[in-house]
Amino acid sequence: MRIFEPHIHMTSRTTADYRAMYDAGVRALVEPAFWTGQPRTGVGSFRDYFDGLIGWERFRAAQFGIAHHCTIALNPKEANDPRLTGVLDVLPRYLAKDGVVAVGEIGFDSRTPEEEKVFRRQLELAKEFELPVLVHTPHRDKAEGTRHTLRLVAESGISPEMVLVDHLNETTVAMVHDSGCVMGFSIYPDTKMAPDRMVRILSEWGTDRMVVNSAADWGHSDPLSTLYTGRAMLAAGFTDDEVDRVLWRNPVDFFARSGRLSLEGASSVGATFEGNSILRGERPEGDAG
Amino acid sequence: MSGSEPLDDKARSVLASLCAQVAERPSRVAVLFPAVGRRVARGPGPSGDPTGTLGPTLEDLARIELLRTVVESLPPRDAATEVTDLYEYGDADEKRAVLHGLHLLDGAVPDVAGTVRNLLADALRTNDTRLIAAAAASPAQSLSDDHAWRQTVLKCLFVGVPLRLVAGLDTRVDLELARMCADFAHERSAAGRSVPADTRPVLDRFPEHPFHERPQEG
Repeated sequence: MRIFEPHIHMTSRTTADYRAMYDAGVRALVEPAFWTGQPRTGVGSFRDYFDGLIGWERFRAAQFGIAHHCTIALNPKEANDPRLTGVLDVLPRYLAKDGVVAVGEIGFDSRTPEEEKVFRRQLELAKEFELPVLVHTPHRDKAEGTRHTLRLVAESGISPEMVLVDHLNETTVAMVHDSGCVMGFSIYPDTKMAPDRMVRILSEWGTDRMVVNSAADWGHSDPLSTLYTGRAMLAAGFTDDEVDRVLWRNPVDFFARSGRLSLEGASSVGATFEGNSILRGERPEGDAG
Repeated sequence: MSGSEPLDDKARSVLASLCAQVAERPSRVAVLFPAVGRRVARGPGPSGDPTGTLGPTLEDLARIELLRTVVESLPPRDAATEVTDLYEYGDADEKRAVLHGLHLLDGAVPDVAGTVRNLLADALRTNDTRLIAAAAASPAQSLSDDHAWRQTVLKCLFVGVPLRLVAGLDTRVDLELARMCADFAHERSAAGRSVPADTRPVLDRFPEHPFHERPQEG
């Protein structure tokens, strides 16, 4: 089973996770820019975070044979903090970079006017940089938030196949299916969506435009939930080809629309990043100047 | 455009259009500079080194032309600010290209010379040999004072960047650098480690600081 993990926050995960993911069949992933649990206080924190996503984390993933890509955005939750509006001004520099395969995560948290303004601005940026969009749907008031999201996407004029609407469940799948957008499901240990529920949704709606992710981060989550979903699909009678479509071809097709997906990335990075290795204390011959 | 012969006609044509956009609106360089690899060209340049350590890659050469356009389109201090932003927001490839083009900034303006020195120093603080090599090889090293320049040479010795790449090696080697290299060689030898062959050309020019490698079994 080969797995393209389309949504995972590896910054919060360990090298043991990388190893387990590789063993499970993960060969490529996308790490969306999002909230990091602790609210940030200034634009500089975001710059460092973005630099990490295009730099150190890409290097770390490559050490485990996994090609790392990212999405860049000001997330909905922090869009409400006036200290952070300057993040919008630095986004263009990052959206121009190789390895940045979408604008995201954008969308709604509490559906405030500030969130809507930032959402609309970032949809404009996606058009300008010809990038796909990764949309986060809210945890609270999810159905209405998703409906509102689809209205903004339609008004933006962005083609629906360029938009992945994520964190869906039984109550939101129909409207996103009708919109023509790509449908994302985050499989969590307890909440959001579980492998058996995912299998029921796939049985009802088919595998077209369907994408599954672990959305694993710093909270209670499991980076192998994509694997568990693939196994549950096979147990329910889906074919290997259908599993491959959901776990590999669908997310690859979506992010390839950026023109910046490189699935050979794992082999192009050296053994050190800016001279620093992940091997603590073990250094190849030659001093750390 | 003397640096761009390695680029084929198509790459040169795309690059010319990017340069024209920057000439018209220099701030556009912020988003055009990062996109050069996928829009113009990428791969080893004349040095044949795909990592860009031994010389600029194709994308470095194309980015240098964008830097040249920035410098020609803005007053010296504004150009220095724009180039600093490109460096500070850049990934390792973009930073390396900025270092390769740093000499294009007008070092005769004191503020600009200060900016150049700061960027060289930043690159030399990293442990990324590609950035260290680009900073050490820059003709802008002429703006570094002797202490900073000697530290550059020593850093190259430490991380294995060939000394032949260092700008000014033929003219700036002095007794103090020879002392530093001799101390370095003694320290390596005392630890039972090999002494980089690159120390010899420096030490041989100053026999006042003879260094005799000790037997390794000590």
